[in-house]
Parts: sequence; structure tokens; C-alpha cells
Amino acid sequence: MKKKFLATALVLAMALTLFAGCGKSAPAEPAGTSSAGTSSAGNEPAPAAAHADEINIGIAQDLDDSLDPHYAVAAGTKEIMFNVFEGLVKPTPEGNLMPAVASDYTVSEDGLTYDFILRDGIKFHNGDEVEMEDVLYSIERNMGSDGNEALIPALEAIKDMKADGSKLTITLDEPVPELLNYLTLAILPADYDKQDTAPVGTGPYKFVSRVAQDNIVMERFDDYWGEPAKIGKVTFHVVEKIESMLLGLQGGSIDLCMHLTSTQTAQLSDGFNIEEGSMNLVQALYLNNAVAPFDNVLVRQALSYGIDKQGIIDLAFDGFGIPLGTSMFPSFAKYYDDSLTDYYPYDPAKAKELLKEAGFPDGFSMEITVPSNYQPHVDAAQVIVEQLKEIGVTAKINPIEWESWLNDVYGNRQFQSTITGLTSDNMTARKLLERFRSDMPNNFTNYNNADYDELAKAAIVSTNDEEQTALYRQMEKNLTENAANVYIQDMADLVAVRKGLSGLTFYPLYVLDVSTLYWAE
Amino acid sequence: MKKHYNGYLIAGLIISGIIIIMTIIGMFWTPYSPTAMSGAAKLQAPSLAHLFGTDNFGRDIFSRVLKGAGTTLTIAVATVAIGAFFGTLIGANTGYFGGIVDDILMRLNDAVTAFPSILLALLIISLTGTGKKYNVILALGIVFIPSFARLMRTTYASYRNANYIISARLMGAGSGRIMMIHILPNTVRVLLPALTIGFNNAVLAEASMSFLGIGVAPPDASLGYMLSDAQGMFSVAPWYAVCTGLVIILLVFGVGLIGAGMQKQGSGVN
Repeated sequence: MKKKFLATALVLAMALTLFAGCGKSAPAEPAGTSSAGTSSAGNEPAPAAAHADEINIGIAQDLDDSLDPHYAVAAGTKEIMFNVFEGLVKPTPEGNLMPAVASDYTVSEDGLTYDFILRDGIKFHNGDEVEMEDVLYSIERNMGSDGNEALIPALEAIKDMKADGSKLTITLDEPVPELLNYLTLAILPADYDKQDTAPVGTGPYKFVSRVAQDNIVMERFDDYWGEPAKIGKVTFHVVEKIESMLLGLQGGSIDLCMHLTSTQTAQLSDGFNIEEGSMNLVQALYLNNAVAPFDNVLVRQALSYGIDKQGIIDLAFDGFGIPLGTSMFPSFAKYYDDSLTDYYPYDPAKAKELLKEAGFPDGFSMEITVPSNYQPHVDAAQVIVEQLKEIGVTAKINPIEWESWLNDVYGNRQFQSTITGLTSDNMTARKLLERFRSDMPNNFTNYNNADYDELAKAAIVSTNDEEQTALYRQMEKNLTENAANVYIQDMADLVAVRKGLSGLTFYPLYVLDVSTLYWAE
Repeated sequence: MKKHYNGYLIAGLIISGIIIIMTIIGMFWTPYSPTAMSGAAKLQAPSLAHLFGTDNFGRDIFSRVLKGAGTTLTIAVATVAIGAFFGTLIGANTGYFGGIVDDILMRLNDAVTAFPSILLALLIISLTGTGKKYNVILALGIVFIPSFARLMRTTYASYRNANYIISARLMGAGSGRIMMIHILPNTVRVLLPALTIGFNNAVLAEASMSFLGIGVAPPDASLGYMLSDAQGMFSVAPWYAVCTGLVIILLVFGVGLIGAGMQKQGSGVN
């Protein structure tokens, strides 16, 4: 009997250790890695007043795709490498384009001929002068002239490129109004084959080194053609854990970090200025216009009245964020129509009335699919669920993984409603608006409006800037009037900047321009 | 005979009793709606109005804990039920009959055990979809089967050739009858403590799964989900993590004491 008890006790003990292993190891892990990150962040050199010619910037992800600007796809890589490369023209903080590798350019009346003058004496980081041959090589590489698929399909409209001394003439088959935007593509030396590991460009900073998973170092390029960068050496530290990032900021090993949330910045001491930019995206409750009940415009309008955007911003984002009323954000000042923001003021009574008219006097049930790795979207969804209760609509959140979201929601359009943020990575209104044309492959909301299609077709071929802008504005209005989606906000992008550091410039693009930063004396 | 008070059992019953009663109350009534948000009451420290303070949406944490504990308890009980039922079924058959079936099932069992259990649960969840309560139950339930099976197999094997079982067999009792009526009652002494341990591990496993973001879907609350939510704002709202964590600790501690008490009771009888 005694033996038997011993045996059972032994089995029990075994079971216990087994269970204990299963339950406890997992929650301990995140804490463990973050504390490991802490110690490594703490070991880095403390800030000194003498670092006036140096800056340490925290970035959340490594630059692990190609450093070759023509092949890089990750937004985080492009954001940093913006400092190394330039095109014939480059973006300005106002959202315009200014000459860079080209010192001047002219566009013909019919939009078919572009003339560029190569900047005199401009040099690459390796000391070589930029030749016309390099420009041709860089553009041809993106056109697919080397037999591969075109990296920028729009450039296939180029019929001919002719170089004459320092003058480059590009002629097109048909007008491409956004051609200049595409010609922000980086100009690279033609006879250099290590772009993907040791990139060479013409920008204000030159690439020095990269240690995988750890850091990227850049130095000021002294032969830069324009205003030279103010800080001599930049080190980007890869810190994936946000807890470690905050500790690095606090401890002094990091001077600047972008893309923080209000909860995160609240944990920083007063040694930092928090600068507010915007993410330049349209966060909205995107509705599948082909699926009941959202195929009914009255229902969509009811939701627009029943969701309080400012309430979402206040509750889930501590008041940071710019409310939007259409698929356009304020950074694109030229196209942005602010009068649409309050087209549907928060009005639950009106929302209920519209629902009644649409045949849903008692409301309905709906599902909001959210990519679960994007906390801002999950947070917004939670507030929306709460607000919709007021108008009798029962919403349920369905969190799914990012890959499933891309596949099921964005690809196969298998969803009822979803929250996400849509961007324009080449500073064109076209990228934001054309996707709602009924025949576009990326029209995942199935928006189908004949007027809109007409406007979109006219806008794309228009060569008159004024006319085109007017058409884009009409398209925005069309989206709002038909309540294509429930627009929420352009999310705030909070940047922690160590006190004493100035000159941070925001672009209507996902980039960090280091060249304008400086330490105040 | 002198009456013995089993301190473990009594303390455990009291602690877990309080939490279970609160959970049951939470199913019908909470001081605030667990999902009601308030911009004016964001991230407030504990006070009389909000016993456990409020979270970043201004939701009352106490109400959410009451509701969330219910979710966690449901998952834990259902998980243990699945694990114990199938575990007993497999363990009883393999232990009683032995032979080739025993070998195959137990090696299969070994294979499942060799796989890290949380990883296995993650795998099952990724196949069935995240954010659904019953998927969590299913995943954890499957993960919990092997340990019960192993335990029951040992117990059944030890009784297989006991004298009273041999007598029963000689009297013509069928295998099913012997397993159900003659052996099962004798396993209670081993099974009950294992159930309490299993329950505790289910609570912790649910917490870690929600912690990893694959448990219940927001805005529903479970203790684990809330704890993971609280982690991100620990330095601004420490009460969120502390209060939620405390409830998990008390629940696990209480049930753990019951288990310890039962074991003591069991060994006393023998």
C-alpha cells in the first residue's frame, strides 16, 4: 500500500512539473527578454554635453531588406535611407518637389516632354562626379530595360531618353502627370555593384556601416551640393522592444525616437520634447460596399452619423490625431477639403432615423475585422463597438493576424467591415483615391459608383494641374456624400526629441530627415 | 476518533469561494458596465468610486475583473473537463488492458507531451482561428489530455491485478463494469488533486495565451487579456496590473490550497 502511494505521489509530482512548465514559462518570457534589453541599453555610453556633433536615433526595426534603394520595400528602410539618396527631384516638407540631382527642369505644354539639366559638379559619396550615364542607368533600371520586370510600371510610358551634354530630354508615349513624383527615384553610380550592402548615393549623409540587428552609422557628406547637414555623425540603434526603447531614451543612449503613442510618451521624463506630426494615413472603418447591409447608402450614412471620431481620438488616442471626413489627409493641402470633415456630425438620433428608413428599426449585428498586431486599430474598434450600441447596432470585433488580413480582407475581400490605415507612399493623391474606382484590383471595399469612376478616369489623364486638383476634390466629395467608409482620423505620429535638439522637420511622407536636425547651444 | 481540521482545505475553500462568489455576482451585476468608456475617467487610481481604478479607456477595472474572472473560470473549468474526461478514458483503457494498445497510445502520448504545451496550443489556435473563446478551450483541452491519461493509466494498471478485481472478474463482471464501478471510485483520491492542479494550470495557460494576444477578443475581458493590456502602461497605471494579477494569484493560490488539502485528506485515510 505504501509503495502504491509513493508511486501515485511520484506520478502526481511529474504531472505537476509538467503543468507548471506549461503555465508559467510563457508569461515569464516577455518580461525576461525585456529585462535583458534593459541591461544592454544601460551599458551604452551615457549622454555627454560634448556630443554636439553626434546623434543617436532609435528605430524599431532593422534594415534587413536590401539597402539598394530601387529594391528596398520596407517603409522603415526607406524612412532612414532617405538621407543617403536623391533623385533628379526630391520631396520638400511642404509636399512639393524641388530640383536635386537635376538643377532645373521644364515640362512641355502637352506633358509629353521633360527637360532636365544635370547639376554642375555634383558628386557621389565615393567622390566620383555624377555623369549623365549614371542618370540613364538609374532610370533604365526602374523601367525594366534590363529585361527584368519594371520596378516602377508607370515609367514604361517613357518612349525615349536623350542626353545632350548636361541636358536630359525624356519623351513619353502619353502624359503621366505623376512622372516627376516617380523621378524621385535614387540616382546611383552606374558601375557600382555593392548597393545592397554598402550603398552610395548623393544625399546629405553617406552610409558608413551596418551591424545587423544592432546599428546603422552614417556621416555627413562634406561635398554635398546643397545646405550641408548640421550634425556630423548619426547612429541608428535598432531597438525592437518598446520598453527598451523608452529606457534607452531615459538613460541617454537614444536622443530621438519616432512613432510613439501617447501612452508611451507619457512614461518619459521632462527631459524630452514631444513633437506631434501625423502618420499621413487615412484610418477608417472600411466597409465592404458589396455586402449587406453596407450595400445600402442609408446604412453607411447612419454609421457615419453614429460614430463620433473626436470621441475615438479622445478616448483611445489621448486627443492626438486629426479627424478626417474623406480619403485624404491635411498634409496634401492642395487636395485636402476640410469642409468634408464634419459632413456627418455625431448625431445618434439622426443615425437611428436613417436606420429606420433603411429598414433596420432595431439595428443589426455586424463584424469588425481588425489586424490584431495593430493596437491603434484594435483600440479604435473597441470605442466604435461602444458607440454603435447607442444606435442599436451590435458590433463584434474579430481580431486576425496580419497575414490573414492581407489575404482574406485585402486580397479576397472576405469581410464585412475592417479598420486599417491607407497611405500614399509617393506623395500622389492618385494613390489614395484611384483605389475606389470600381474596376481597380485594390478596391477592397468594393465601392461602386459610376460618377466616381468617370471622375477618376478624367483625373488620371488630365494634364492641367488645376483641373486635376478640382477633379480629385470632387472625388473626395463623392466618397463622403455616399459614405463609402466611416472616416476616422489621420493618426498622430509622436516623436520624442531630447531637449536641446531642434530642427525636426515633418514631411507628408514616411521619412526622417536628419540633415535639418541640430543641437542648440 | 479525534476530529481533525484540515487547515489547507478550509483556507483554500474560503479564498476560492470568495472569488467564485464574486465571479457569479459579476455574471449578473457589475458596479459599472464592463465595456462602458469614459473620457473623463481615464487611468484613474483606485478610489471608492473605482475600487481597482480605471484603464486607458476609462473603463472600471473592478467591473472588468468580475466579468473577466468569469471568462477565465469558464475556460479553465471547461479545459480541465475535456482534459480529464478524455484523459481518463484513454488512461483507463490503456492501464486496464495493457498490451499493444497501451504501447501505441502511450507513445502517442509521449509525442504530444514532448511538444511544448503552449506551442501546441498556439498551433491549434492558429489552425482554428484566434479570438474565439471555444477555440482556446479546445486547444488547452487537447494539451491537457496527456497528463491525465498518464496519471489514470498508472492508477488503473496498479488495480488491474488487485485481489478484489480478480474476484470480480471470476464472478463474471465485464471489463466496462469493472473499470467504471470497481476501479473508478478508487481513483478519486488521485484524480481530485490532479483536477485542482489542472485547473490552476488552465488559469495560467489562459493568462499566458491572452498575454500573447491569442485569447479572447476585445472588448471582452479575461484576466490574462487584462494583464497583458496592463503591461504596456505599467509605469502610468500600476494598479491595473497589480489588481488583475492579484486576482489571478488569489484564485490559483486558493485552488492550490484545496488541492493540497485533498492530498492531505487522502493520505490520512490511507
